[in-house]
Amino acid sequence: MSSASLATASSDTPNYYDDLIKKFVIAAVFWGLAGFLAGDYIAWQLAFPVLNLDLEWTTFGRVRPLHTSAVIFAFGGNVLIGTSFYVVQRTCRASLFGGNGFGSFIFWGYQVFIVLAATGYLLGITQGKEYAEPEWYVDLWLTVVWVAYLIAFGGTIIKRAEPHIYVANWFYLAMILTIAMLHLGNNVMVPTVLFGGDFVKSYIIWAGVQDAMTQWWYGHNAVGFFLTSGFLGMMYYFVPKQAERPVYSYRLSVVHFWALTFLYIWAGPHHLHYTALPDWVQTLGMTFSVMLWMPSWGGMINGVMTLSGAWHKLRTDPVLRFMVASVGFYGMSTFEGPLMSVKAVNSLSHYTDWTVGHVHSGALGWNALISFGVIYFLVPRLWNRERLYSLRLVSTHFWISTIGIVLYIASMWVSGIMQGLMWRTYDSLGFLQYSFIETVEAMHPYYIIRATGGLLFVIGALIMIYNLWMTAKGEIRDEAPIGLDAQSARAAE
Amino acid sequence: MANIERDEVSGTDTTGHEWDGIKELNTPLPNWWLWTFYATILFSIVYWILYPAWPTLSDYTKGVLGYSSRVNLTEDLEARDKARESWTKQFAALPIADIAKDRKLLEFAMAGGKVIFADNCAPCHGSQGSGAPGYPVLADDDWNWGGSLEEIETTIRFGIRSTHDDTRVSEMPVFSDDYLSPTQIAAVADHVLSLSGSGSASAAGAEVYAEECAACHGENGEGGRDFGAPRLTDGIWLYGGTKEALVAQIGNPKHGVMPHWEDRLSDVERKQAAIYVHSLGGGE
Repeated sequence: MSSASLATASSDTPNYYDDLIKKFVIAAVFWGLAGFLAGDYIAWQLAFPVLNLDLEWTTFGRVRPLHTSAVIFAFGGNVLIGTSFYVVQRTCRASLFGGNGFGSFIFWGYQVFIVLAATGYLLGITQGKEYAEPEWYVDLWLTVVWVAYLIAFGGTIIKRAEPHIYVANWFYLAMILTIAMLHLGNNVMVPTVLFGGDFVKSYIIWAGVQDAMTQWWYGHNAVGFFLTSGFLGMMYYFVPKQAERPVYSYRLSVVHFWALTFLYIWAGPHHLHYTALPDWVQTLGMTFSVMLWMPSWGGMINGVMTLSGAWHKLRTDPVLRFMVASVGFYGMSTFEGPLMSVKAVNSLSHYTDWTVGHVHSGALGWNALISFGVIYFLVPRLWNRERLYSLRLVSTHFWISTIGIVLYIASMWVSGIMQGLMWRTYDSLGFLQYSFIETVEAMHPYYIIRATGGLLFVIGALIMIYNLWMTAKGEIRDEAPIGLDAQSARAAE
Repeated sequence: MANIERDEVSGTDTTGHEWDGIKELNTPLPNWWLWTFYATILFSIVYWILYPAWPTLSDYTKGVLGYSSRVNLTEDLEARDKARESWTKQFAALPIADIAKDRKLLEFAMAGGKVIFADNCAPCHGSQGSGAPGYPVLADDDWNWGGSLEEIETTIRFGIRSTHDDTRVSEMPVFSDDYLSPTQIAAVADHVLSLSGSGSASAAGAEVYAEECAACHGENGEGGRDFGAPRLTDGIWLYGGTKEALVAQIGNPKHGVMPHWEDRLSDVERKQAAIYVHSLGGGE
């Protein structure tokens, strides 16, 4: 049956709603730039506090959630929803369930969520829960949009023409279902307006350590299912596509998918080591994080080994370079994560810049780099262009952003470990050796290096936007092909 | 059903399925991957046996090591207090002046006071007590409320215009609002400047000064510590020493607030902080 259906595949290709995907790509690029700029701005604020400008709307405390939400939910979210619609239609050989109108509702509904959340942060409207800052009415709206997303994605899988569900779709679906559960679980809010208070304020129904535990069950699994599962879904489609090689191991994909999904949901308590959280919960959070190491690496192995037989393409294909480097950063940060969850390590790393560096090796190295690779893959296809405007600019973007990431995470390693050590240093009489402000002074040079790394990352994104713009216009840059210089030189000898 | 092929590069079979041109190899799980995964599971099981780990209906498994972070913390704090007993007892018992005379105790006061100062005082008063506009310099000999060890200790404990019932309070009245004319305020500002050798003295200024200012700041601007009135003869200005700044401060005075530290710092810590501040350069 399989061969029969393949034979007819080309003749009865359904209508894929690609104009919808275009909107998601444009939104992702737009929010991505906004989020990167906000992030680098607050990085400079940390080095030079005068940049807070003494205005409540531009203080670190308000711009920081704007940055995190813009890059995770606005940039990452648009990339995830857009690519999931692109992938699910093609791997199911079915047009999107609900059609273009329903898809447009999801698109515009999601953008409304972003704007409501972001403007709220700047005006000081927030639940004060990290990565779950939007207030109750924004939460309710997101719930409506997310259920619509589940229906569109799940409906497409149900009406698929392929006998089996492709691995990318398992990961996307795990993301959609788990995020729904996390969002509802962590936002059981009571609006104060019910008791004559402000419309824009609410309080969570539980308090104290229960609230902290729920918050980090949510917070860590937002990383686990939004930034890991969802992006692994992207990886499983776009890496084999760009490398033109089969996925390395089907069996590994099954085992690491279920292991990752089962284990990740337990790992949240490692954010609350040495707090009021009971010891037994801390133990479970730590050990499940350690057990997560190999299930996470299953995705890296499948991503990297899919290139066997195609490694030579890295010399000529900078888009593939983005994807492979992202999988490398993924492997690095999913090793660092379990390491930092070990209580002895955490007692040094917790509350320091090391955590910030860890997050960014994942966010910049893994999530952003693979998103750039995928966007470079998608734009020529969606806009029906022969190829990208310039592969050399893709290569420039690759190197400038990779250098930026390395500056960022290396400076945060040094700064974070130094900070942690300074906090715990005692003098010979048993007094703390350093005051808090001395640790801040010591971190200043590293803050400048970090902000410079971020600036390189922003410049890279601007290069990408120029390249994509010219590609959409249908221009092709007159340039020497990448990687052939050395070969053609040898051939000439 | 499946259309299994052999991949030429790896020599491995595919699973026989294809999605949008993507095939999958049926490669077995890498052994190193599988055994490392098992090792992390084994590590976790051992850890669960050793440490508190799994909830039961009304309790949790305690672990064979008997570990408890709460007990650890209590023991650590007790050990710290015991180690410090040799000097904290004397700190609590002795008046601050006697502590400062004892070389050994002074060493403890300075080592602890340095960090206490940096974490609690330096954000306003600057590291080394260098001060900032509105926040007095602690390294000079200009003290509004007194610079002896005892006075500094009292100021730290109760604060200035703080929320404490026994706070130190002083209030410079508002002289604008038709009480003094702008001309009179300008004249008295000049007069005050002349007390430290700048500005131009005038009879009009001196007259206003004698009537309105001398009661607190003293006839010759020598200040009054009993009510926290700053000395005006030393050229040290909390809110700026230009004529404009003085006119502003006379017309519509600012009043800074120093919080009290009775709750934040212990009696011993306040003594350490006072001795450290006293040592910055202006102690009396």
